[in-house]
Amino acid sequence: MATKIIAGKQVEVNEDGYLTDPSQWTKEIAAEIARQEGIPVLTDNHWKVLNYLQKEMRETGSLPTSRKLKVTGVMSIKELYELFPEGPLKKAAKIAGLAKPAGCV
Amino acid sequence: MKHIVILGTGTAGTMLANHLFRVIDRTRFDITIVDQYARHYYQPGFLFIPFATYREKDIVKNIKNFIPEKVNSIQEKIEQIQPAANQVLLKNGMKIAYDILVIATGCKTAPHEIEGLAGKGWYDNAFDFYTYEGACALREKLKAWQGGRIAVHIAEMPIKCPVAPLEFAFLADAFMTRRGVRSKTTITYVTPLPGAFTKQNCSVVLGHLLADKNISLVPDFNIARNDPDARQLVSYDGKKVDYDLLVTVPTNKGDDLIARSGLGDELNFVPTNMHTLQAKGHENIFVIGDATDLPSSKAGSVAHFQSEVLAVNILRFIKGEPLLPDFDGHANCFIESGFGKAFLIDFNYDLEPVQGKFPLPFVGPFSLLKETRINHLGKLAFKWIYWNLLLHGHSMPGISTRMSRVGKKIPH
Repeated sequence: MATKIIAGKQVEVNEDGYLTDPSQWTKEIAAEIARQEGIPVLTDNHWKVLNYLQKEMRETGSLPTSRKLKVTGVMSIKELYELFPEGPLKKAAKIAGLAKPAGCV
Repeated sequence: MKHIVILGTGTAGTMLANHLFRVIDRTRFDITIVDQYARHYYQPGFLFIPFATYREKDIVKNIKNFIPEKVNSIQEKIEQIQPAANQVLLKNGMKIAYDILVIATGCKTAPHEIEGLAGKGWYDNAFDFYTYEGACALREKLKAWQGGRIAVHIAEMPIKCPVAPLEFAFLADAFMTRRGVRSKTTITYVTPLPGAFTKQNCSVVLGHLLADKNISLVPDFNIARNDPDARQLVSYDGKKVDYDLLVTVPTNKGDDLIARSGLGDELNFVPTNMHTLQAKGHENIFVIGDATDLPSSKAGSVAHFQSEVLAVNILRFIKGEPLLPDFDGHANCFIESGFGKAFLIDFNYDLEPVQGKFPLPFVGPFSLLKETRINHLGKLAFKWIYWNLLLHGHSMPGISTRMSRVGKKIPH
């Protein structure tokens, strides 16, 4: 666990740079992490995914799968890869201030 | 007379029936349990079938022997749950009215969900081992194995017993070594997750295992399709994995009954309160085991801990008392690592697997998150414990429903 300044705000992050306290997240932090991940601008479609991840995490305690985004009509998997190249959920979770998708070990 | 109806005689439903039968006022309550199948499988045993360590007699029994005599047991397919009418419709047209319903219909593999998987090549060079049929077919394939490329693959999360594919890779490494064909065999672990070990403690302690066993890793692999002619898995972002033998864990889904009843999410899992096990939006319906949408592991140990919480909560519901938020996500699993050794992990919603001793703090005999021979013996002994204690709804000595933090090395 370490502290880091992102978008002028001091936040707690883990060794992979994921926020450990979702309450410290702001939209400015999201934009800055996105830039570091190679996404220069967060579009409405990006936000649609980020908002959905945050809502699911609040309501169910876990990240939705890419299937869930597809089935619920939020975003097709192809579009997800266009928006967040190389591991969309991993990247989107990081930008949304949520934990990295994880198994049980 | 009031009526409690349990759907499913798998691990969770059977354990709950036994628990409830002991604690309920039987002059006021009847219990009925329904399932279309008479055969009950010890599912952790599926892992050992392909390597011919276990045979049919080890893992299959008639469920009748595990249901209390005075619980009504009906063997029939369930057509629909009708919550508005508080009744369950069976395939034969029979209607069962309930005061309290428990959904324990589990989850199963759905190979048709992946393009190109369930058709050509299925049970020829592509297998699952999460079904009895798949595990047996794979055993015959491995018997004749002379070498080649094995891909051990997870289609998407969540899956039943998330550590089983990893155990399969470890046991395959040991099996091939024993058979003298390891040098002619490559093993690749293909996962949709960012790694084989995604929790910090586990990756620190166990991360070296794949390299030690010469198993290569393909992480972040979100499968788009299987090409059975080219014997190749293709991901959405164009990554490709070639194989001669595919051992896959297909998409896991809740029972179709849940979809027919309009009670599930996109994978037919039932939205459930993560601490009380009450179905969301239905006061007199409870959900247990793999059928829930909870972020806990889909594992027998979880069903066991849930059954203890749920028996209490059903009694409280009957008395009109508030439900206890007592399920903490507790799970407890052995992980076979091959060559007669195993790991043990014990964790819940809040605490990831850590090192320590179990079940007696500082004493053991089992070691958490550490590879030992005793842990392997524990895994083998667990088959006896399952058939003789757990299914009958008895607790394991020294293991509490809520996860204990004592004796654990918890990082700050």
